[in-house]
Amino acid sequence: MKEENETRQSILARLIPGFVSLTKHGPSGWMVIIGLAIVVVIVVMTAIAPWVAPHDPIKSNVGPLASPPSWQFPMGTTALGQDMLSRILFGGSTMLQVSAISVLICFVIGVPLGLFSAYVGGNLDKTFSLIIDAVYAFPGLVIAIAIAAVLGPGVVNMALSIAVVYIPSYFRIIRSQVLSIKELTYVEAAKSIGAKWHSILFKYIFPNVVPSIVTVATVNFADAVLTAAGLTFIGLGVSVSIPDWGYDLTKGRELLSNGGWWVITFPGVMIILLALGFTFIGEGLSELLNPKLQR
Amino acid sequence: MGLRTYIITRIILTIPTLLLLLTAVFLIMRVLPGDPVALHFEKKATPETMEALRHILGLDKPLWQQYLDYVWGVIDIGYLIQHGYPNLGKSMQVTTEDVGGQIFSAFPATLELAIYAIIIAVVIGVLLGVASSKKYNSVPDHIIREFGIITYAVPIFFLGIILQLIFGVYLRWLPTGLRIAPTVEPPVSITGLYTIDSLIEGNLYKFIESVKALLLPSFTLGIILSGVFVRLTRTNMLETLRLEFVTAARARGLKESTVTYRYALRNAFLPVLTMMGLQFALLLGGAVLTETTFSWPGLGRYIVTRINFRDYTAIQGAVVMFGLFVTLVSLVVDILYAYLDPRIRL
Amino acid sequence: MLEVNSLTVDYLTRGGTIRAVDNVSFSLEKGETLGLAGESGSGKSTLGLSMIRLIPPPGRIVKGEIRIDEVNIVDLPESKMRVLRGRKVAYIFQDPMTSLNPVKKIGAHFVELIRTHEPDTKKEDALERTKKVLGLLGILPERMNDYPHQFSGGMRQRIMIGLGITLNPNLVIADEPTTALDVIVQAKILDLLENLRRVYGMALILISHDLSIILERCDRIIVLYAGNMVEYASSAELHKNPIHPYTQGLLRSIPNIELSDQRLSAIPGSPPNMLNPPKGCRFSPRCRHAEEKCSLMEPSLIDVGNNHFVKCFAADNEGAAVE
Repeated sequence: MKEENETRQSILARLIPGFVSLTKHGPSGWMVIIGLAIVVVIVVMTAIAPWVAPHDPIKSNVGPLASPPSWQFPMGTTALGQDMLSRILFGGSTMLQVSAISVLICFVIGVPLGLFSAYVGGNLDKTFSLIIDAVYAFPGLVIAIAIAAVLGPGVVNMALSIAVVYIPSYFRIIRSQVLSIKELTYVEAAKSIGAKWHSILFKYIFPNVVPSIVTVATVNFADAVLTAAGLTFIGLGVSVSIPDWGYDLTKGRELLSNGGWWVITFPGVMIILLALGFTFIGEGLSELLNPKLQR
Repeated sequence: MGLRTYIITRIILTIPTLLLLLTAVFLIMRVLPGDPVALHFEKKATPETMEALRHILGLDKPLWQQYLDYVWGVIDIGYLIQHGYPNLGKSMQVTTEDVGGQIFSAFPATLELAIYAIIIAVVIGVLLGVASSKKYNSVPDHIIREFGIITYAVPIFFLGIILQLIFGVYLRWLPTGLRIAPTVEPPVSITGLYTIDSLIEGNLYKFIESVKALLLPSFTLGIILSGVFVRLTRTNMLETLRLEFVTAARARGLKESTVTYRYALRNAFLPVLTMMGLQFALLLGGAVLTETTFSWPGLGRYIVTRINFRDYTAIQGAVVMFGLFVTLVSLVVDILYAYLDPRIRL
Repeated sequence: MLEVNSLTVDYLTRGGTIRAVDNVSFSLEKGETLGLAGESGSGKSTLGLSMIRLIPPPGRIVKGEIRIDEVNIVDLPESKMRVLRGRKVAYIFQDPMTSLNPVKKIGAHFVELIRTHEPDTKKEDALERTKKVLGLLGILPERMNDYPHQFSGGMRQRIMIGLGITLNPNLVIADEPTTALDVIVQAKILDLLENLRRVYGMALILISHDLSIILERCDRIIVLYAGNMVEYASSAELHKNPIHPYTQGLLRSIPNIELSDQRLSAIPGSPPNMLNPPKGCRFSPRCRHAEEKCSLMEPSLIDVGNNHFVKCFAADNEGAAVE
């Protein structure tokens, strides 16, 4: 037990200076911190929801139907009498899962594809680029809709459809990075001492590509959240039994004509926050890693 | 190379892209689900019914033949001329109707929405971007940049619903759906765009009514899209404003507004143009959500309804249409760019 | 018509304050040519840009005055300054390749200039004047409808010069007008400037790091080092009697084609770090005559007679201090 605590401490000890150094980098650093804070809070909130939520989010009739926020139900209740607060606490999980899985898929497929294609070059590269460019130009939501329509609802399917849309972005960015690094002298030097291609790829080229990957990944996360919400809005989301912000957003529309604003507002704000959180991280990081124009 | 050669080369290059597109859609829509007909009926129909439908739609033929029929349907010019739309098969739900026909009647609505949305997005984006670049690192600059970021994070339908609430329900200024108020008859269809058609017809009342209906959806889309243009314009302007010909212009005593717009912006604008083309793709995706929110009878809403009916041939046709349109737009943008900047043609 | 008194220009950067121009004073009459000689970073461009008050941020004029036809432009409101630019004072930039608007026809540049300053001019009249100026520059009038990228570097520089003199300014500042051009074209451009100056009778400030050009074409010369005016004299006087060691070094380093056995001479060392300049005389670290006091105190500007001023202790013996 003692040893475990010690390891935990040393990781924190290393992380904290890292965070502190972020603040020194001006507004971009702050952006990353704020973004991270938002995301972490939401993740934690979703994780501890089972212990913290006052009611079962799916259980209907725990309170009066469609009642506005009150002391008993701080975020009001839905048309079925479900507690909004609990639904909000639980509702992020689908989106987080969908985004995380889609980023994972993109990573596993897009990154190696980009690395290899650019490294090998030649006709292979040209062919891949052509295919990828064709996909890239396509409106993401439409592809996602098409795939989701065919595969049906579900977290993995949604993640898959989003991933297909995003792989081209990873591919292109990594490919352009690799192409520029490939020609640099130190790669030539490595080749000349007989280093094998896979060690060149992973030890020399990959580490330099990581910053750009991180930036794309954060944008990917943000977009995945919004696309998941969009898919749910159309009716291609998860099933009714899982609390989901996108679902509540869609359903909340029905209450609006009678003045019921709470079912739609809270989930909407949460979605915006989550997307913003990732976007801030991405914006801040990209500014830090590619310093913009300075006076 | 000359402009003509470039255009021809570019058009020829489109062909493999189109083929790829068609193949990809075919793979996703016909091969992936296994049996579209079974999915359509959700296993609630008898085998005979399913077989009958398959036969009508030509889905009982071997896969490679289906593929050829499908590709041929798209490029069949004779059919196109005869019917006014390409052969995209028949709807699963109403097998007597051509998917192509349905799509083409829904398409102009999306087109009109897209055009106005992009204009609004560019106008907002460029104006804010220029203002932001002129006041580098000041409070307005940061606010404008934040605006650009935030608009991207807002789900389109959320913004749409809020605007509907404010302007449609509380203030009752604008209609909340449909292309034109139900009491008004739409103008005679020449371009399919209500605003243009009503002007051609000379009917000011219809024009105003169609504009009123367009305002909310196109502003919703436009605001969400403007973020990209704000950032692009700002970055390009910042770069251009430090170029020497800008200082030289000031040294000649030209007015600051002339320097900003005729010197800096005009040179920084070209990338904005390309981005406009790229954004069209995003626009089509966004249009799906906006149309659903505002009950706008365009291609987006068509797809959504078809999904609810599990009408896979229709969905496939719509996706193909989207893809065709995007390819066409990027072709036009590339050619336009080459026309405007002679250095590109090299 | 131009009088500069104790002009000091600072750049306030994040790393510190850079004094690009330190207490420079001189005057210029109509029809005269003044040369500003110095290395890169000596402050000559900043000095030139001060004359039309277009010092790029974070630069600012912190002290002194600049009087153009009796009017001090340092405190002038921007709107009034804008009227002067192009009309009373013209600035010709260094790089002709990037000084013209790529999407504007050449003729349009001129018409725009004329109609900005003389808004009542009719389009036809503006075009007529444009054709006249182009004629002086040796450019065919048909080329008015061509774009900048269709011209060579030398032609573009002529167009820049043309734009500068169209409104008959009293003062023209040419910043390295020949640096971006090849030698043969250089001579033509300088001749053109000379001709125009004679025709229009304007004052000309010629900025260059090439001392040989300055010696040949200018009436009076200011030698700048690290923002300081180290020597100020007529061209003939400077050539005959250079006093400041830096000037002497510059003159020595001009290759002489007639001497077959000459080693190229250079001034040892490199220009100072302007964020942290040397104490005392800025040139002292590189000066072969430097004494102890040179690195302790800054010398004052000394009048050695013959309208010749030097900022060096070496001149002490020969004349009385001016500052």
